[in-house]
Amino acid sequence: MEAILTAVIPVVIIGVICAAVLVIASKVMAVKEDERFPKVRECLPGANCGACGFAGCDGYAKALCENPDTPTNLCIPGADGVSRQLSEVLGVEFADVVEQVAVVHCSGDCAHTQDKVQYEGIESCTAAKLMYGGKGSCTYGCLGLGDCAKVCPQDAVCVDNGVARINPKDCVGCGMCAKACPNHLISLVADVERVVVACSSKDKGAVTRKVCSAGCIGCKKCEKVCPLGAIKVENNVAVIDYDKCHDCPDFAACAKSCTTGCILIADLQGYHRLKG
Amino acid sequence: MTKLIIILLSAVFINNYVLSRFLGICPFLGVSKKLDSATGMSLAVIFVMLMATAATYPIQVYLLTPNGLGYLQTIVFILVIAALVQLVEIVLKRYIPSLHKSLGVYLPLITTNCAVLGVTILNIDEGYTFLEAMVNSLGSGLGFFLAMVMFSGVRSVIEGADVPESFKGLPVTLVAAAITSLSFLGFGGVIENLFA
Repeated sequence: MEAILTAVIPVVIIGVICAAVLVIASKVMAVKEDERFPKVRECLPGANCGACGFAGCDGYAKALCENPDTPTNLCIPGADGVSRQLSEVLGVEFADVVEQVAVVHCSGDCAHTQDKVQYEGIESCTAAKLMYGGKGSCTYGCLGLGDCAKVCPQDAVCVDNGVARINPKDCVGCGMCAKACPNHLISLVADVERVVVACSSKDKGAVTRKVCSAGCIGCKKCEKVCPLGAIKVENNVAVIDYDKCHDCPDFAACAKSCTTGCILIADLQGYHRLKG
Repeated sequence: MTKLIIILLSAVFINNYVLSRFLGICPFLGVSKKLDSATGMSLAVIFVMLMATAATYPIQVYLLTPNGLGYLQTIVFILVIAALVQLVEIVLKRYIPSLHKSLGVYLPLITTNCAVLGVTILNIDEGYTFLEAMVNSLGSGLGFFLAMVMFSGVRSVIEGADVPESFKGLPVTLVAAAITSLSFLGFGGVIENLFA
């Protein structure tokens, strides 16, 4: 009996001392965490897409708690719903989110363009681009191996007939596909826009015409018909200045006049309109 | 002084905890995939080994041995090391948040790592003085660091290699670990003769 006690008692004493030290330490040195943080974090969708410009949802939530000047309308996937919740939790005024969707500036599918080589390498646009700028005849166009589709958290991107297409009904506007595209063909536009230039070729018109029948040849016809001067041909490709494009009196004149049909009329109001 | 250097060098190279004593294999295989996580883990191990030795050595010498309780060594050491790591975590979180962030995940992981427990027990078994024990802990930690960093390099090479299907994953990692460990056996006998 005595042998057991001489073993048990020291261990118990050491254990109790350790426990007491830990209890005291956790009380004395407790770190004050902002009690709003978990609430704020809960409002955010948790996709960690980085569209807000912070390192993931945790980073944005931390910035919101620590710096009251941080805007609440930076979460594009969450749209107005999240912005409203955030403004309620933080007690600030509601700020409208400019909802965005991703659009692909290329329409070079198999019907409009051809392959110049038969590519059998790694199934990745980045890898394919390293080899003579990709398999397609247009070096500016969609490589068609779906790097964008792989990173999309919403499965909104698919490669259809050799060119990436984005379903605006699923796109939340996080912009991860835009970062993944080695040819920088994808950009985010506000989901109220109605026309999109579906070409990024900076080749001269004659070259573009040779490699793709749906490419912008820089004919400047759209420039002439645009009543607001919102569309300009720069580096042999038409670019729309969406700040000027709103409230067009002659809706989609550019798209209707386009000789190669590379300016598309697009209904981009999908996901965000459904969510309210 | 020569003895301290011998202890340090032999702990790093000859009696390397991972590659010669085969202690701490779990983090060695688990966390060595990336260089930065391997570094973080190793730094945490060095830190905890030093703290654990500093805490357990007096307990053994002043409490257990005089009272004939040497047989309680293992259980008391585990208890003390576990409590110590928790305490260190709380302190770091309060005073050095940046260090807590970089060590954060790895600290609780090595609470009862066998390499840490092994260092403290072997320090007693070897009959080291307190200073020698601390040097040995430092050397063991550095040896762990060396093994981790080396092996993360080996693994990054394996990642790009064309490995037969049945060897993919853990099998080829274990083979690589065995070869790395074999290379360390070459150090045997070097240190003793260095100062002879």
